Amino acid sequence: MANAQPAETFSPIFGRLTFEWIPIHEPILVATFAGVALGGLAVLALMTYFKLWGPLWRDWIVSVDHKKIGIMYMVLGFVMMIRGFADALMMRAQQAMAAGGSEGWLPPHHYDQVFTAHGVIMIFFVAMPFVTGIMNYVMPMQIGARDVAFPFLNNFSFWMTVSGALLVNISLFIGEFARVGWLAFPPLSGSSYSTGPGMDYYLWALQIAGVGTTLSGINLIATVLKMRAPGMKLMDMPIFTWTALITNVLIVAAFPVLTATLALLTLDRYADFHFFTNDFGGNAMMYINLIWIWGHPEVYILIIPCFGVFSEIVSTFSRKPIFGYKTMVWATACIMVLSFVVWLHHFFTMGSGASVNTFFGITTMIIAVPTGVKIFNWLFTMYKGSVRLEVPMLWTIGFLVTFTIGGMTGVLLAVPPVDFQLHNTLFLIAHFHNVIIGGVVFAVYAAVSYWWPKAFGFQMSDKWGKRSFWFWFIGFYVAFMPLYALGLMGVTRRMNSYVDAGWQPYFIIAACGAVLILLGIACTFMNFYVSIRDRKKNLVGGDPWDARTLEWATQSPPAPYNFPFDLEVKGREAFWTMKQQGFKWPTENYKPIHMPKGTATGVVLSAIAMIFGFAMVWYIWWLAILSFAAMVGIGIAHTFNYKRDYYIPVDEVAATEAKGAAV
Amino acid sequence: MSHSQTASVRVADHEVHHASPTPIGFWIYLMSDCIIFGALFATYAVLGGGFAGGPGPKDLFEPGFVAIETALLLFSSITFGLAMLQADKGKRDGTMMWLVITGLLGAGFIAMELYEFRHLIHIGAGPDRSAFLSSFFALVGTHGLHVTGGIIWLVTLLTQIKAHGLTTANMRRLGTLSMFWHFLDLIWIGVFSFVYLVRLI
Repeated sequence: MANAQPAETFSPIFGRLTFEWIPIHEPILVATFAGVALGGLAVLALMTYFKLWGPLWRDWIVSVDHKKIGIMYMVLGFVMMIRGFADALMMRAQQAMAAGGSEGWLPPHHYDQVFTAHGVIMIFFVAMPFVTGIMNYVMPMQIGARDVAFPFLNNFSFWMTVSGALLVNISLFIGEFARVGWLAFPPLSGSSYSTGPGMDYYLWALQIAGVGTTLSGINLIATVLKMRAPGMKLMDMPIFTWTALITNVLIVAAFPVLTATLALLTLDRYADFHFFTNDFGGNAMMYINLIWIWGHPEVYILIIPCFGVFSEIVSTFSRKPIFGYKTMVWATACIMVLSFVVWLHHFFTMGSGASVNTFFGITTMIIAVPTGVKIFNWLFTMYKGSVRLEVPMLWTIGFLVTFTIGGMTGVLLAVPPVDFQLHNTLFLIAHFHNVIIGGVVFAVYAAVSYWWPKAFGFQMSDKWGKRSFWFWFIGFYVAFMPLYALGLMGVTRRMNSYVDAGWQPYFIIAACGAVLILLGIACTFMNFYVSIRDRKKNLVGGDPWDARTLEWATQSPPAPYNFPFDLEVKGREAFWTMKQQGFKWPTENYKPIHMPKGTATGVVLSAIAMIFGFAMVWYIWWLAILSFAAMVGIGIAHTFNYKRDYYIPVDEVAATEAKGAAV
Repeated sequence: MSHSQTASVRVADHEVHHASPTPIGFWIYLMSDCIIFGALFATYAVLGGGFAGGPGPKDLFEPGFVAIETALLLFSSITFGLAMLQADKGKRDGTMMWLVITGLLGAGFIAMELYEFRHLIHIGAGPDRSAFLSSFFALVGTHGLHVTGGIIWLVTLLTQIKAHGLTTANMRRLGTLSMFWHFLDLIWIGVFSFVYLVRLI
């Protein structure tokens, strides 16, 4: 990762991978590597000492249980958040220093990789795993199902996402990462201007993870459509399930565009095609249109399930049904459609003329209407409710305030003449962090604190939860309000250093905000530690929050089969109905329960996919061919396995249920 | 609330058997694949005029050749339909025979496409020549890769039908492959009209 890249050489065995690509002359990376290696060794040693390898493999890695997979997605999200946030701190430190002739501590070559990695990791490997994990965990139980429609596919999707994440992390220690920004616009990302493996790491990591995301989208749509408890109509589903359905429709409609776009750029880079090049008739704006046709729905893919999370929380902690159920559903559906007709607002400056810009400006502003409907629905749900200010509710109120501000700055940016001033400035950066932190991150924290007792059978620490909230909440404003101000002054994004020392105080305040957020993250991990340490003192039953939807009708943690009997459901808020009716689970006449078997095929295929990606990045053609053939072969072999399910015997069901009743 | 009067939850009398989610899941997959093709069609529409001083459609495409290619693929859809009819009657051998014919027609299509690609590259009209040819090769090639995947799937399924017969699982697989095969036919009609016919007018 020196300023000059190693010379391009090629060997038939190692491709273009040479020893010079190992960054041993970079103290920051060597220290990071040492830390990761030591930490990794410690974990491996502890796992061996406590003999955890077998359980980890059997109960988690090969598991097709949607709850296990959901939790693994959340773990992936939190691990990658550490990496992505480390990048954020590095950038804030650099910009706080590099004023008035100072060059700071990160050379441009390194700094450009950091901001690219930060964006890619936070969107694809933090936010996406978080929302997918929550949908995976909660949605099947909300509709009274035992698992998703395609349990093996679910496991495979998860491990493909992990493979993509690992490729990004491998690039830290072998070679380099892209230096092009998170969406990799050509011609900068083309072969003329991005030589070296960094850009190829980007392409293959996203392509591999994208396969997982698309398949997971298909899986969850089929689950909602086909696996609901008998009697549960679409218009009776919990709001979170509705948002999960709509999110996955967006995934299935948008991610193929990303797949195609990245494939075209890959052809440009690998096979000398001319889609996005400056010469031979190529057109870089085609890429920018295509990537935003995926990219704008993508931000709704992140936020819509979060709207669902807040809907469940507001309703539970106000002890009221959600206000305006039908308007909530229709507002979400409107956002789904509108999200596909606003993409051009990301590049009003392209020069497509006043009429086109006006169209996209207006469609963008219209999205504020259904979003406003939702905000009012949440407020009216709280109105005259008996509101309990538990930790999940704190995040929800923090969200309502913060997201509304972020939404308003979004409407400002939707005005084309204003956008010409603010395009690519820190105002934009402040805007989307305002909605993504205030929306997605707050929702994830709310969801974790809300569903944690369901997942593990004990409560999280209230004290550390509140600390985490206040550090994040205040930290966000301290970190990003200065960026709004800087953006209005015309400061562009992605600057390694700047001349005007007058900007420096703002950047220093922003860096302080980042430190506050760091404390918020530290409190979260402290919360995990304290909660797990004190778990015996905080055990809970199936329904610790007096909630309203079906996932709370299970044990905490739920049995592998979720529900001991199939349910027939009429009306909304099924669990609330059960409580009103004084429903009791029968304690006899259990039947064997039909369940899918775990399989190692998903993790094996994904591991080979990662090797394939690595081989393609480094032009190790023999390995690429070999690993691709292996994937096809193993995939076909898997279809010869016809015995994919088993029955949980009655004795085991009875024993599990008796154990749950004791809590 | 009106719904609360009718709301009720009870344990189901019988064990609930959900209909197989595979057909709907596969439909959704096909729609996502359709969007990939949509992006490639859009790319061809935008960049298809970027000849960069190189050859254009009228210099390269031979309608007769493409018509035979198209006929092979369309007939393979018919023969797949005949295979499905045999399968519905529970006739394993008839099913397998029509599937083999379908696979051969598909292989013929792929062979012709490869011949065309090789010819184009040979005369200096490869994908690196211009944006028009890049988008042509990407669109037609992606369709060809799908057909190739379909043939591999077909061979796999033939082995499985031979081994296990027309079981429920195999019938479900046959149904999904059939959807896939007809879907590729539909995409090809788009390619044939939009890439070859329109550009020749």
